[in-house]
Amino acid sequence: MTALVYDGTAMVGRQLRRVRNNPGLAILTQLMPINMLLFFGYVFGSALAMPGREYRSFLVPGLLVATAAGGIMTGMFQAAQDSHRGVMDRFRTMPVSRTAVPVGQAAADLVVTAVGTVPLLLVGLAVGWRVQGSVPEVLGAVGLLLLFRLACTWIGIFLGLLTRSEDAAGQLGAATFVLPLLSNAYIPTDNLAGWLRTVAEWNPISAVTTALRVLFGNAPLPRGAAWPVAHPVAGSLAWCAVLIAVFAPLAVRHCAHGER
Amino acid sequence: MRYGHPMITTYAVLSEGLERRFGDVHAVRGLDLAVAEGTVCGLLGPNGAGKTTALRLLTTLLRPDAGSARIAGHDLVRESAAVRRRIAVTGQYASVDEDLTGRQNLRLFARLYRIKSAAARVDDLLDRFGLAEAADRTASTYSGGMRRRLDLAAGLIRRPDVLFLDEPTTGLDPAGRSLVRDAVHDLRQQGTTVLLTTQYLEEADQLADEIALVDRGRVAHTGSPAQFKSLIGSYAEVVVAQADAMVRAAGVLDRLTGSEPAFDHGRHSVGALTTDPTLTLPRLVRELDAAGVPLLDATLRPPTLDDVFLRLTGQYPGISPDTKELVS
Repeated sequence: MTALVYDGTAMVGRQLRRVRNNPGLAILTQLMPINMLLFFGYVFGSALAMPGREYRSFLVPGLLVATAAGGIMTGMFQAAQDSHRGVMDRFRTMPVSRTAVPVGQAAADLVVTAVGTVPLLLVGLAVGWRVQGSVPEVLGAVGLLLLFRLACTWIGIFLGLLTRSEDAAGQLGAATFVLPLLSNAYIPTDNLAGWLRTVAEWNPISAVTTALRVLFGNAPLPRGAAWPVAHPVAGSLAWCAVLIAVFAPLAVRHCAHGER
Repeated sequence: MRYGHPMITTYAVLSEGLERRFGDVHAVRGLDLAVAEGTVCGLLGPNGAGKTTALRLLTTLLRPDAGSARIAGHDLVRESAAVRRRIAVTGQYASVDEDLTGRQNLRLFARLYRIKSAAARVDDLLDRFGLAEAADRTASTYSGGMRRRLDLAAGLIRRPDVLFLDEPTTGLDPAGRSLVRDAVHDLRQQGTTVLLTTQYLEEADQLADEIALVDRGRVAHTGSPAQFKSLIGSYAEVVVAQADAMVRAAGVLDRLTGSEPAFDHGRHSVGALTTDPTLTLPRLVRELDAAGVPLLDATLRPPTLDDVFLRLTGQYPGISPDTKELVS
């Protein structure tokens, strides 16, 4: 356990240094949702029944969660890069805690995400998004967002170690762009066709987005939604717990054994 | 002598019948290897002989399908964590983090090895491997040779009991190769056992106390470099002016070397292996001249890996009825 903490801290330092040495990718990743907020908020917003300012308030939590879901892509890319380039093999020949590499990657990603989300929040405030929840509610929302990011990063790390290819990570990563489109992140799900609505509301992104909207005080609970959306905080916690319980051990196992 | 009685040879690497398959490919098939503590052993063999797989097995990166090995006194499979505390690996596959600078890489590895106050050690290594100026650039901007040197420095961040070097001089310029040579000699002085792979007999000769010739996943022959060289001797090759003189030249070579000459008709050349120490270049030239051979060129060169293989395994490397087993 001490070894895990010590090696894990070293790995967090490693990942943070990598971002600092080469911040381009991290900055681009964070610029994307800001562009989407401006495009969707002003272009699409004008075509929706919701007034523009109200839609932008609705959109900010959705974009926060969609960006968190990007952890799948980031996690996958980093893990694939490590395996592919052979630095993982060096760690495997060293007396390093087997768990420290992925744990360090996931923890460092949380730090980068927490910092990287600030510009999106500021632009959100500038275009009319407001936080109306109490302090515990807002802290809860931030905690849920980071927990969801962690779950997505673990999915990504597992997939990256599985594919061991940066190209595959890039392709699959592009596919994860579709996930928030099939949720209530950008649009309300009330008007979707029956089966499509069910799929969208069982998408973990929908539960977390709804929880954020409720806790930030941006939008009321939608009526007649599926269980995870109707009970968004419990639904989000349950989703995150399940995803982490499945993917974190898989990733750790894969990382420890490699192609052995 | 840290693991046994001082009068008994102890082996830093001792493997018996190690095997590893990848699907249809039987990459390592019964590898028996004994490397005495404090010596340098060179695994010599062509591409696809199974050298890298052997190293990946011995460094705990791959699990053997069969067989066993002890590294620095610890069982490879059951005590892999203890093995990892004793070894260092550098080479083709165990690489550095390209997104970190040279200095950041070495500091990270020092930290993971729990080296206290590593800054001075890191500076020293950067200096020694000619990376001081590039120390604060990310490794992705390094040339191939610089990356190999950083990789080697990373392997030496602490003195390991056993150092594994996978083709340590591939991609290095002459200065880089001499750095590797010096590092290997220094480590040997300090008691580290070194196991390295190479495709060049000359390199094995310069670096190793003992050579293990690897052919199709097993050790085909072992011996000191001197034994290898006396066994193989050298290769005499002559180039003649006209094609019709080749047969006459071959007759002389046959008489002098006692081995069957090989013809290269395109270059008008004839060559033969010799183990006769009295056969010198002047004598070779005199005899050929006396026989009226119109000589254009004559050489007596050290044997190549091809010659070694031809002599010890009866075939050129890579040629086998079941070539499938060689590909990897």
